Amino acid sequence: MTLHKHTLTELKALLDAGKVSARELTDTFLARIEALDGELNSFVTVTAEQARREADAADAARSKGDTGLLNGLPIAHKDIFCTDGVRTSCGSRMLDNFISPYDATVVEKMRAAGAIMLGKTNMDEFAMGSSNETSFYGPVKNPWDLSRVPGGSSGGSAAAVAARLAPAATGTDTGGSIRQPAALTGITGLKPTYGTVSRWGMIAFASSLDQAGPMAQSAADCALMLQTMVGHDSKDSTSLDRTTDNYLADLDKPLAGLTVGLPEEFFPASLDDRIAELTRETARELERQGAKVVSVSLPSVKLSVPAYYVIAPAEASSNLSRFDGVRYGYRCQDPVDLMDLYKRSRSEGFGDEVQRRILVGTYALSHGYYDAYYLRAQKVRRLISDDFARAFEKADVILGPTSPEVAFQLGAKKDDPVTMYMADVFTIAVNLAGLPALSMPGGMIDGLPVGVQLIGNYFREGQILNVAHRYQQATDWHRQAPAFGGEK
Amino acid sequence: MSAWETVIGLEIHVQLATKTKIFSSASTAVGAEPNSHASLVDLAMPGTLPVLNREAVNMAVKFGLAVGAEINRRSAFERKNYFYPDLPKGYQTTQLAEPIVGTGNIELILDDGSRKTVRIHHAHLEEDAGKSLHEDFHGMTGIDLNRAGTPLIEVVTEPDMRSAEEAVAFARTLHSLVTAIGICDGEMSQGSLRFDVNVSVRRKGEEKLGTRTETKNLNSFRFMEMAIKKEVERQIDILEDGGSITQETRLFNGDTGVSRSMRSKEDANDYRYFPCPDLLPVMLSEEQIIELKNSLPELPAQRLGRFVEQYGLSDYDARILSSDLATSDYFEAVAERSDDAKLAANWIMGELTARLNAEERSIKECPMSASHLAELIARLKDNTISSKIAKQVFEACWNGEGSPDQVIEARGLKQVSDSGELQKMVDKIIAENTTQAEAYRAADEAKRKKMFGFFVGQAMKASQGKANPQQINELLMKALEG
Repeated sequence: MTLHKHTLTELKALLDAGKVSARELTDTFLARIEALDGELNSFVTVTAEQARREADAADAARSKGDTGLLNGLPIAHKDIFCTDGVRTSCGSRMLDNFISPYDATVVEKMRAAGAIMLGKTNMDEFAMGSSNETSFYGPVKNPWDLSRVPGGSSGGSAAAVAARLAPAATGTDTGGSIRQPAALTGITGLKPTYGTVSRWGMIAFASSLDQAGPMAQSAADCALMLQTMVGHDSKDSTSLDRTTDNYLADLDKPLAGLTVGLPEEFFPASLDDRIAELTRETARELERQGAKVVSVSLPSVKLSVPAYYVIAPAEASSNLSRFDGVRYGYRCQDPVDLMDLYKRSRSEGFGDEVQRRILVGTYALSHGYYDAYYLRAQKVRRLISDDFARAFEKADVILGPTSPEVAFQLGAKKDDPVTMYMADVFTIAVNLAGLPALSMPGGMIDGLPVGVQLIGNYFREGQILNVAHRYQQATDWHRQAPAFGGEK
Repeated sequence: MSAWETVIGLEIHVQLATKTKIFSSASTAVGAEPNSHASLVDLAMPGTLPVLNREAVNMAVKFGLAVGAEINRRSAFERKNYFYPDLPKGYQTTQLAEPIVGTGNIELILDDGSRKTVRIHHAHLEEDAGKSLHEDFHGMTGIDLNRAGTPLIEVVTEPDMRSAEEAVAFARTLHSLVTAIGICDGEMSQGSLRFDVNVSVRRKGEEKLGTRTETKNLNSFRFMEMAIKKEVERQIDILEDGGSITQETRLFNGDTGVSRSMRSKEDANDYRYFPCPDLLPVMLSEEQIIELKNSLPELPAQRLGRFVEQYGLSDYDARILSSDLATSDYFEAVAERSDDAKLAANWIMGELTARLNAEERSIKECPMSASHLAELIARLKDNTISSKIAKQVFEACWNGEGSPDQVIEARGLKQVSDSGELQKMVDKIIAENTTQAEAYRAADEAKRKKMFGFFVGQAMKASQGKANPQQINELLMKALEG
């Protein structure tokens, strides 16, 4: 059986044609998880029994005419999404014992569309990290080379899709957490415009930057997932109330008349030549299909990393205050008093990277420092948005690398957080501006995938999916799969 | 005269009378089982988000309109970060830099009839915390989050009050205002209104403000007055001994009358305020504000003016009767039905208030309905009963014996005005008291006046108080002086 090799779109066609059942599909992926995930560590929780029940129910519903968009399709959820009755750990010891009493809106929408949850995927603790090494459940391995990281923080979802343990998965992206792991594992992942996907039930890291999105083999698969995920949610005040776009309708639209902007700042002298060349080759492919390529400038983007590492930790320091050992989650043994309860529960429950960011954020918001750090960072944020606004006057989409490097060795940067932070340089500006962007495979270097990033204007998810889909029609980088697990 | 001047500013937490919480759909009702009115949001479950209750916004705007304040077309929520077990998120969602209500004014009428304006610095929306329960947990603390997320407005005044009496007058005026416009149930004992008082003293004539202390969470007018007076004394004692005041937060125990320091300024938390990224700024349109303005009922100050004008009441009477809506409504019902506002005012402020106070009841729990009191006044006016008998009837009505007419009938309290019957009674009294009658006739004008009372007393005794006093006077006079 090679069912697992198919894209989500292909599996949907097989289901629709009655050539395969939801139960068969679910069993296929559960078997692969069982056989292969011991090495990969991409799942924190596998909900096999529940998945089989849901699959049988999906088959029954289909026989009664159910045409839910994702009916019978197995997917995985990043363990940042609350799932009713299932442990929701956020990759942290703090929530290792937390069984959520409710479903996130994303989870609810997926379920309503007929998707089957295979389980919850591993991630950097509270989504803080770019290598998936900060997880309480240990690092996820990159299926292209098990000695390397899959990227993060949605590393579990990325590795699971790349290794074909799930046809698609949800992720979240605060500073690149969907796009960077997608790039490092050779899959396609999209971060929508801020406010497009509800944040209800998605454990907050940095509220003004967090956005959920799809991770799958292809742009078409992402469109299918995104179509289900989006929509106004009255439970999220930052959710936008607008008519839902049809992301599937324009996937095949020809690229003639499209202008692609290459920002000079995304091709610094320090960038690996091979990554720069593969990105330019992607631009040339779009040109061959009728697009026009122009140069654009985003001068303030260089300030995005320092601005991000003020704003995100500041919001996180407040968002993570609720984890205090009082109502749920980790509580230290035998606290002597209230202060002891707080201090030890949080010191023992949170890992180093989370504690580091809480400290940085607390400092940035402190009396006397607020103006110099937080307010200044907010001004930079404005400048970055203005840069993009000017660039989108010249170009319809912006193209550049997703990550300045391919997947690196596990442990290589563990003790050097600043170097790790600097690698987020191409993804972070997009979150600060609230724009949609996707990463798709654009080539290989030494047997490791390279991701190319497409940034769209606000609400132009449909357009970047269209460009990516046309690109994927002409190339097969997205069909490359790692050797890992290929024989089983 | 003291050489010191007291300066007082107040911060008042007003619980808004919305049905649901400010950021969740849980009920705000009090008295439920602990944590039964705590939703996922109130429990600060991971992944939950706040959604602003528009009714809380409307109530805050109504308050602003009622004190003639600027209503900010844009206001914004911030997070005030600190750890406490009854603060589930680890921060309170509140407003700081951009409050919903700007500067306004509240006018007070003091006991001597003089008027004073207290300026409102601003009022902002925020959420209440839960409660820590220290009893019945074997040395541990229980947490009840039913109150967590109850909407509040915090009203902050300028330091415009100069005595405990002025501060209390302000507190009472605010209480009557927020209950009149229906944004607060006014139940002080349940913490619906809580006062923080900022007190400092300075030498008379000095312009610079002294160092202040803040006494938190006073929930009765009496405790507030006590706490201020004690604090003023304490500060003056320290200063007169050559000491200096420490800026600090103090707690006052109303039962013992003692206050103690809670924390000094140095120990104060750094709350690390920043704009709440989960909530959009609150935008108000001109139309919304006009609509809310039109929905405001008559305000206590307007009602006071109307009572003076319409019913001819004194400022003093009008102030008392207009102080809260229930009293005002009761008064107006009695005044209209009895057609005698002056008598209605006297009865309500006299007999009725005395009985309510004695039984610790509010006017809402008054067993004597407005229509019964009006009926009683009407019987008094048409001479069916005397004022002495009226008190008996009032008592009977209070005790549930029926309407005044029923009581008068059942107890046979109708005033005797039948001249034939009264004439017989007078003849009998004169016949039985011939010695006194002769002495009267022999006395001069001055002595007669004193002696006349004896005959009236006899008549009242004989009639069990039911004789029409005016008629009996006339008949007695005629019989004695012929």
